[in-house]
Amino acid sequence: MEIKKTSLYQLHQDCNAKFVEFAGYQMPIQYSEGILEEHKFTRNHSGIFDVSHMGQLFIYGGEDLIKDLEKIFPLDLKNLKLNHSKYSFLMDKDAGIHDDLIITKTNEGFLIILNAACKDNDFKILKELLKDKHKMVLDENRSLIAIQGPKSSEILNAVINGVKALNFMSGNWFTFENQKVYITRSGYTGEDGFEISIENDFVDKLTRELINKGSKLIGLGARDTLRLEAGLCLYGHDLDKDKTPVEANLKWAISKERISKGDFIGSDIIIKQLNDGVSKIRVGIKPEGKIIAREKTKIFNQSDVHIGEITSGTFGPSVNGPVAMGYVENEFSKKNTKVFLEVRGKKHPANICSLPFYKKSYVKGVN
Amino acid sequence: MSEVKYSKEHEWIKLDGDLATIGITKHATEMLGDIVFAELPEKGSNVEKDGTAGVVESTKAASDVYTPVSGEVVDTNQAIVDDPSKINQDPENSAWFFKLKIKDPSEMDTLMNKDDYDKFAKETSV
Repeated sequence: MEIKKTSLYQLHQDCNAKFVEFAGYQMPIQYSEGILEEHKFTRNHSGIFDVSHMGQLFIYGGEDLIKDLEKIFPLDLKNLKLNHSKYSFLMDKDAGIHDDLIITKTNEGFLIILNAACKDNDFKILKELLKDKHKMVLDENRSLIAIQGPKSSEILNAVINGVKALNFMSGNWFTFENQKVYITRSGYTGEDGFEISIENDFVDKLTRELINKGSKLIGLGARDTLRLEAGLCLYGHDLDKDKTPVEANLKWAISKERISKGDFIGSDIIIKQLNDGVSKIRVGIKPEGKIIAREKTKIFNQSDVHIGEITSGTFGPSVNGPVAMGYVENEFSKKNTKVFLEVRGKKHPANICSLPFYKKSYVKGVN
Repeated sequence: MSEVKYSKEHEWIKLDGDLATIGITKHATEMLGDIVFAELPEKGSNVEKDGTAGVVESTKAASDVYTPVSGEVVDTNQAIVDDPSKINQDPENSAWFFKLKIKDPSEMDTLMNKDDYDKFAKETSV
């Protein structure tokens, strides 16, 4: 299969990107300054991320569509305000996670942002579940960029006037070069920021203008360290079909209203787990020393019993030390529980900690 | 006069008498990206040619550091453990990894000189 390129490929090359293949796309892992500098620049100024490989699924419809989607997602979509977004999951009947996603109510229906590696399978699953009743477009003609960090609001507003007024997890249509762009105040770095859906032909121009105003392109490498410091999950690592949202410690994303009715896919398991508890749960883990515990590192308790596994682990540039998350048996999930991580044959002490590792600075919404 | 030689695993080695100083090459640091963790062999331990003698980690991944010759570890560079970014800044000089009292000087003959290594590095980089 041919490797796909996003519409910003030329710009990435102009900025000396190092590329990696990710989910079938040639994506920038870093630029010349490197992951640490890119990470810090995003936290202190503003970084632009090409996330055009992610799926932008538009589903068109009204009241009927809301009812149908509520059978799939554990969300109160009926009461979701126009242009407001929610984090959610596509689950199987056992509440295993097919994908995690952001869904936004638009004037024509819903926009769902899907993970690149999952989008085609998600589309198939949703098309089957919705029985072809509603028009669905996985839009390949639009690019998606995120601009993240404390200066992003000012920078983006200088190019697209009015975005400053958006609240966190809400969006609207704006115009750039007479093109309709859909912008939400959201992101995946733990910083204030925006995601911009724009026609492929105009994304290069927009991105260059944002760079001229002081933002910089940031690669997938820093995206990973930023999201992990922010305690956010990466699908295929921290989430997969063998884990449920309750086990992933994401029950905050499940609508209480919907749990009381329990008529969505996976609701039986979700309700059971909420009532009876779970045997394993996702936690933050902070190694005591400098050792980095990466994905698949085994976790032991103080009696040397294997109690879990790391699902993401790296060096956190803003924390200035190693950070990780993983799943442990529920009884060892309390904050400050001492555990041991087996790295290269040696066990290193670590502590269960609360997430995020790095405190968020989102602009609070009215929601 | 000391000679500097290079291994296919991107280590450099400088020999003064029977004392060898070993580190990783600039080319290696460029491939690894920002180094955020370093682990060194224990002083007094013996390491075997082409065996593991340390670890460096970037934000992305961990990589083993090999020793190009056999010997006894007589010194290690704590400064790069305390501040691994030094490895990116000055890899072929102050950011050395460990010093060995070598066993068999003929092992040096299996290694590349600077010109051969530069050529090798160019061919193997993407």
